[in-house]
Amino acid sequence: MKVRIKFSKEGNAKFIGHLDVMRYFQKVMRRAEISIRYSGGFSPHQIMSFAAPLGVGITSRGEYFDIEVDDTENLSTIKKRMNQTMAEGFHIESCRRLPDSAGNAMSIVAAARYTITFRPGYEPDTTNGFQGTKQWMEQLEAFYKQDFIRITKKTKKGMKELDLKPLIYEFSSNGSSACMVISTGSAENIKPELILDAFYQYIGKERPPFAFQIQREEVYAWKNGKLVSLEALGEEHE
Amino acid sequence: MRKLALSDEILLSIQQPARYIGGEVNMCIKDPKNVSIRFAMCFPDVYDIGMSHLGIQILYHMFNSRKDTYCERVYSPWMDLDPIMRNQNIPLFALESQDPIKNFDFLGITLQYEMCYTNVLQILELSQIPIHAAERDETMPIVIGGGPCAYNPEPLADFFDLFYIGEGETVYHQLLDRYKENKKANGTRKQFLELAAEIPGIYVPSFYDVEYHPDGTIKNFSPNHPNAKATITKELVIDLDQADYIDKPLVPYIKVTQDRVVLEIMRGCIRGCRFCQAGYIYRPMREKGLDYLKAYAIKLLKSTGHEEISLSSLSSSDYTQLEELIQFLITEFKGKGVNISLPSLRIDAFSLDVMSKVQDVKKSSLTFAPEAGSQRLRDVINKGLTEEDILNGAAQAFHGGWNRVKLYFMLGLPTETREDMEGIALLSEKVAETYYDEIPKEQRHGKVQVVASSSFFVPKPFTPFQWARMCTKEEFIERANIVRQKFREMLNRKSLKYNWHEAELTVLEGVLARGDRRIGAVIEEAYHNGACFDSWSEYFNNEIWMKAFEACGVPIDFYTTRERHLDEIFPWDFIDSGVSKEFLKRQWLQAIEGQVTPNCRMQCAGCGSIKFKGGVCCEGKN
Repeated sequence: MKVRIKFSKEGNAKFIGHLDVMRYFQKVMRRAEISIRYSGGFSPHQIMSFAAPLGVGITSRGEYFDIEVDDTENLSTIKKRMNQTMAEGFHIESCRRLPDSAGNAMSIVAAARYTITFRPGYEPDTTNGFQGTKQWMEQLEAFYKQDFIRITKKTKKGMKELDLKPLIYEFSSNGSSACMVISTGSAENIKPELILDAFYQYIGKERPPFAFQIQREEVYAWKNGKLVSLEALGEEHE
Repeated sequence: MRKLALSDEILLSIQQPARYIGGEVNMCIKDPKNVSIRFAMCFPDVYDIGMSHLGIQILYHMFNSRKDTYCERVYSPWMDLDPIMRNQNIPLFALESQDPIKNFDFLGITLQYEMCYTNVLQILELSQIPIHAAERDETMPIVIGGGPCAYNPEPLADFFDLFYIGEGETVYHQLLDRYKENKKANGTRKQFLELAAEIPGIYVPSFYDVEYHPDGTIKNFSPNHPNAKATITKELVIDLDQADYIDKPLVPYIKVTQDRVVLEIMRGCIRGCRFCQAGYIYRPMREKGLDYLKAYAIKLLKSTGHEEISLSSLSSSDYTQLEELIQFLITEFKGKGVNISLPSLRIDAFSLDVMSKVQDVKKSSLTFAPEAGSQRLRDVINKGLTEEDILNGAAQAFHGGWNRVKLYFMLGLPTETREDMEGIALLSEKVAETYYDEIPKEQRHGKVQVVASSSFFVPKPFTPFQWARMCTKEEFIERANIVRQKFREMLNRKSLKYNWHEAELTVLEGVLARGDRRIGAVIEEAYHNGACFDSWSEYFNNEIWMKAFEACGVPIDFYTTRERHLDEIFPWDFIDSGVSKEFLKRQWLQAIEGQVTPNCRMQCAGCGSIKFKGGVCCEGKN
């Protein structure tokens, strides 16, 4: 049966790269003795599909991967068993059974929600040309309210003109942090840093490196014209 | 969440930040406030190499099983982080607590190869600990050296407070207990060293003086302190089944060199290859029991989640219950997606059979280590592998579906002639011919590939070749060219490939391996001029070293090409490795005559290790 696993990656775990996270979870499967299925061939590998790679330095409360396990697997203990063998910074949030017809996590990713805050010590003030975080957020809001947000994006084939506006599905800010839902996945993959770059270009400044702590909150797929979290496509068993 | 020693800004601007944050699976967490001894265990190379080392994992487990001790790890910061730490004055820290090393009680540094010596100085300097032991005050950690290079500790004598000679599982507990007592009694650093000097296997270099003859050789080496022993006998574990072994190895996030469960099946080797230091200093060969190994294989795979298990030893084929062990591993794990890796197996019908079961024949290659190109020279080095063994093994392997063969050789061995060098090409050619003779055209999967590699020979302490003259850089390169030329003349040259190692690095390794206390100044000079990570070809800079020898007035030839007299006092003679100097001398003279010595199981050669009353010396005698 197919199982979708949601995990968080916080604290120091943000320094672990995507490939290492994949290797980490392969070992988790063995330590927790999950009856994961293997591919055929001389050197079989675990059937495991990650939703969307997360950049180094970004924390997350909504990471996903899908696995296939034997039908005899005890789904009610799978989360507990994995959490007993987690390393610092990783936590399994949910394990849900997927219908056999479900598309794998990677193929269905459509969007992701991010929260952007200032790393302590990097808050905008008069020394860097702003009047505090609140005013910075207001400028970001004004930037978002434009009809078009045109940027040039580097692709494998060269530079490409792109309008970011229709790819930002949701935007809000509360004076100290900004939150946005943006297009992610194989169709149009937008990273939050790209939006920040566009914003700094809009105000005529360079984006200061290291100024932001970005957190991914959730990853979504389209269902009946609505964005739903990946875990909502699975069935609860707890 | 543990607070990290490095800021986000630093960690996000260097390669592989995971090298510096700790937090790996099975990391030991203790509150430093609740222990009386803080021990920093260091492998002086980058994390990826250091984390692959089995010995540190064993000691980490052993120390942390003591309630009063917290053992943490530290590795060499890579060259991208090193300048940042210097510029921002960030003291080197341990991965677990992220606390500065300079506040620890001990800094233990394992010395696995000579080319890490400048990294030792990097570790000390970044830790803000004075490089010279004599300049350390009461607040500084006691710096201990161990590992195979501690069998000739003299080039590093100035930089260490003490050395631990031999296997770590034995007297470390005594050492820590003495430390605790001394601390409780408000004893000084010096007083602790005095207590330590009395413990077997512990060498305190400042308690010894060296006098030299006018020709530069040693006249006298003796203790200058009543507590110091004239001879330091190496420590070893007699019954390995009773010794501590790791049950929860650390599992790194990043892909390190040894990314698998390592199951040590025995220590030492019965073969007596005359160039091999490990073959002498780890005598006598001691096996672990089959039941012990089975239990650990299960435990270690479960606690790490690794997908591969590898057997570790100097010569796995000599393990008496190898068949049963491998059969067990295959039955137990093969269906569970666990790979079984079997290095250092002699190629024969049995090993080919198991290898075809555990690995993809089409993707793997076979390795032979003839070490020398002719039978005459193989007899000199006591490598009991004949041309017939190699060609028979290769023929069987070709029938089994393999068509890639690796051959390892050494150049610059004592008594080596042009014929021996050319023999490397001739033997490689014969392996290729065997393929075309044995395998009919329609059954071949393409061409055979024979890759021959030669390293240059470095004479090491505690081997029969410790008296041997070492080649110069020019001689090494000339010899490699002779071999290369011969390869070009071979009919099957398109199936053959020949590689050889760096000659400059080898010469330096030779100086450090048989160096004395005067070499310390050269290491320091080279380090101050930028030498670090010398074992990494992208960082090794021979010119810096050559200038350092010149600046210190230390002649290289004295340590490399000089013919040593049979009665010369060597810098490492005060260490008793169990193998007597008389035995080594006999072996050296026999080597020159081309006389072979049977392995320990066939016949005891009287090396002296029988005094430890264990292992192969006592097999079948109880």
